[in-house]
Amino acid sequence: MKNTPSVEQQLEIYHRMLLVRHLEESLGALHKEGRTRGPIHRCDGQEAVGVAATAVLEAGDKVATTHRGHAVYIGKGMAMRPVVAEILGRATGACGGRAGHMLIADAEKGVIGGNAIVGAGIPAAAGMALSMQILGTGNVAMCVFGDGAAQTGICHEAMNMAGLWKLPVVFVLEHNQFGLTVPSDVQSPVENLSIRAAGYAMPAEIVDGNDAVAVYRAVSAMVERARRGEGPGMVECKTYRIEGFSTSDMGGYQKPEDIANWKARDPLQISRTALLGEVGEAQLARIEAAAKAEVAEAFDTALSDPMPEFSIDEACNPYSEAH
Amino acid sequence: MAMMRYAEALNAALREEMQADPSVFLFGEDIGRYGGVFKVTKGLMEEFGQTRVRDTPISEQALAAMAVTAAMTGTRPVLEIMYADFVPLTLDALVNQASIYNYIWNGQVKMPFVLRTQGGGGAGAGAQHSKALDSMLAHIPGIKVVAPSTPADAKGMLKAAIRDDQPVVFLEHKLLYNTRGEVPEGDVTVPLGKAATVRAGSDISVFATSKMVIEALKAADLLAADGVSAEIIDLRSLRPLDVSAIIASISKTHHAVAVNEGWRFCGYAAELSATIMDHAFDELDAPVARVTLPDMPIPYSEPLETAMLPSAEKIRAAALKTLK
Repeated sequence: MKNTPSVEQQLEIYHRMLLVRHLEESLGALHKEGRTRGPIHRCDGQEAVGVAATAVLEAGDKVATTHRGHAVYIGKGMAMRPVVAEILGRATGACGGRAGHMLIADAEKGVIGGNAIVGAGIPAAAGMALSMQILGTGNVAMCVFGDGAAQTGICHEAMNMAGLWKLPVVFVLEHNQFGLTVPSDVQSPVENLSIRAAGYAMPAEIVDGNDAVAVYRAVSAMVERARRGEGPGMVECKTYRIEGFSTSDMGGYQKPEDIANWKARDPLQISRTALLGEVGEAQLARIEAAAKAEVAEAFDTALSDPMPEFSIDEACNPYSEAH
Repeated sequence: MAMMRYAEALNAALREEMQADPSVFLFGEDIGRYGGVFKVTKGLMEEFGQTRVRDTPISEQALAAMAVTAAMTGTRPVLEIMYADFVPLTLDALVNQASIYNYIWNGQVKMPFVLRTQGGGGAGAGAQHSKALDSMLAHIPGIKVVAPSTPADAKGMLKAAIRDDQPVVFLEHKLLYNTRGEVPEGDVTVPLGKAATVRAGSDISVFATSKMVIEALKAADLLAADGVSAEIIDLRSLRPLDVSAIIASISKTHHAVAVNEGWRFCGYAAELSATIMDHAFDELDAPVARVTLPDMPIPYSEPLETAMLPSAEKIRAAALKTLK
């Protein structure tokens, strides 16, 4: 089928999804021990969206994501250690411990960046695409956003301009069914939010967000169009938030049968099953062991890394005479 | 030197910076074909094309947010927000986005964008088209806020703002666009963050920006007739603030009037007063006087609006009271 990732690409997507799953589970365990700080928004069960969508992108492409962005950080090529160290507030973190897990950025990798104002990533990606269009870079911007963000006013403004100006941007809707505790059907009169794309003259496709190959194919087609200058597109990825809103979530509002049904459709299992016939058990086991070890090592290192020391940073002070 | 209107000086700055740097682009409502409702961008779409000079939908929230990330990724956007009263629509982009990334991302990104807008009363534009919201903007750390009063400064500071790697809010005034003044020819920039003594005096210092500088200069004439020598300092930049210029003037006059066209409570005049006390309390012979808008909406009808706005006569009265 057109735009299907190669087996090699699928293996790398599987590898990165495993990394993200281990990251989330390790954070969950540390939180239970009281060794994390502040709320942490896990994306267990949603890894296929952030990882497979960003797998389509080239090095010079850029992505804006949400407060639940771990899969995007790892998917777009950030190493595990600076991500873990940032989440643990260490001086060695991707942002020196200043950002925390919701706001991680790595400008060199094109992660610009996490955003904890729901909806703000949408104009952020459109703005990067505007810059790319003006400079004629041939790059593409991507926004990974949720069904909650789709209800903001700024979503309408940004998508309207993206469609109007044919900006090279792809909107990846990670539809996980909830905005904090409120289900999507209590937030919107329509089930498939991507029908709104028609109002911005953009094509849209709905895919199984737990099937990495399906996400990759659909996103890839939209990225190709955008790169050709044909304008933005949207991919609505249907998935489900297995864990609560954040580590502070007391739960009780998600149906147990829904959780069980979606857990049975774990994106890691879907990818594993698809790959088993291609590469065999032994290679998958190797990848799985390597991913587990990589995350464990990142946590071991980060946990013993130094905490940052506060100082007035003249280099980051816009009023400094140094500028 | 060339005699220019304030709006023409801004137009010249935009044209020169766009000619010099292809990464500079302009966007905003009505700025393209029409040339802007105050004609600041007149002729620029014809000269630079529709890719670099864009008419936009009425979408201030997203426009400001897009300026932030466009600036982070290689361009120098200049966004026009037609009225300062519409700036509150852009506040997420300023407060939660632009102001944080420089520090939070550990210096990974630059944000060279300019948000141009115009505020202020006196034109009968009513409660939603007349405010000066400079205090609210200057409150946000990480953003520079400037408000030139003359055509020369308008041109030189806009050029400097476009070249600045930090976000700059550039505040114009609807009643200044048609004012005229000498503007140096050629590529002359005026640094952001430096005040100018526009009239030297020895009895009292008056600190102001934008159109309030014009009112302060008129007040100085009135005060001269009263036998008072007023020194008028055009701060030009609200943030960063030229504290040393303030201290130098207070050290000479020992009396101060802080003028601001915005609201009084938590306002810029209050910040000036606190700054003076932080740095020059021992130099003061009297409390700092404030001349501001009262804390209420700006009414439409001429006598109502005129009664509210800070003016030369109000600055004079505050100065005389302080000196008594």
